Amino acid sequence: MKKFMYVNRHAPHGTIYPLEGLEVVLIGAAFDQDVSMAFIGDGVFQLNKGQDTGALGMKNSAPTYGALGDYEVTKLYVEQESLDERGLELNDLMNLTWEDEEADWVEKPSIRVVSRAQLSDLLEQQDVILNF
Amino acid sequence: MKFSVMVNEGPYTHQAADTAYHFTRAVLDAGHEIFRIFFYHDGVHNGTRMSTPPQDDRHIVDRWSELAHDHDIDLVVCVAAAQRRGILDKDEAKRNGKDGDNIAPGFRISGLGQLIEAGIEADRLLVFGD
Repeated sequence: MKKFMYVNRHAPHGTIYPLEGLEVVLIGAAFDQDVSMAFIGDGVFQLNKGQDTGALGMKNSAPTYGALGDYEVTKLYVEQESLDERGLELNDLMNLTWEDEEADWVEKPSIRVVSRAQLSDLLEQQDVILNF
Repeated sequence: MKFSVMVNEGPYTHQAADTAYHFTRAVLDAGHEIFRIFFYHDGVHNGTRMSTPPQDDRHIVDRWSELAHDHDIDLVVCVAAAQRRGILDKDEAKRNGKDGDNIAPGFRISGLGQLIEAGIEADRLLVFGD
């Protein structure tokens, strides 16, 4: 088993990278690898609550993040400094959870806020890093 | 060592397609192996045989096709990304009711599982693009 990390660096809907990145994550979930996602820079905006793309005439990709737990993608690392730099806090992000099969299906939060230094360590541990 | 390569940007707009090509050549020249090259996002445009650059410029698409032919390299274009951007092989054109296909020789269209497999099977997966 390899450690895959999907690093999200782009704001949602401004480019196709977040949407096509999600497609990779969902397909990749079928391969039984150790998967995590990281959100850095403008990528933290992907998890913002209350996204509405109606005026853009684009499909809203935000609800898809809510399904990640069902695909056993349960580790979403969000960089604290990136939140700070954009005036965001955990409370501004979607409440994403997963159900822990080994703990009587109790709901646990998927988002883990980590420091830039901690994220650097996590990146160091990966076998495969895909940037979107 | 066994390498996989991912190309995420289209030809000519970004240097990424050139750098990926030169990296691949260097890998082969050094006696290493290329497991697969996967084209995603606008990178799928690397696989259209309709590309007709000026004669005094490099032909990025033909260069990939020649590489595939000479070294038996697996060039895979993501089907979902390709459909959005109008890159089709004969089967996809027929399935989607289009009047023609445009995939270049040596390329094949397949799913994202091929990218994940490329990450699993290779010792290193190199990503080129923004």
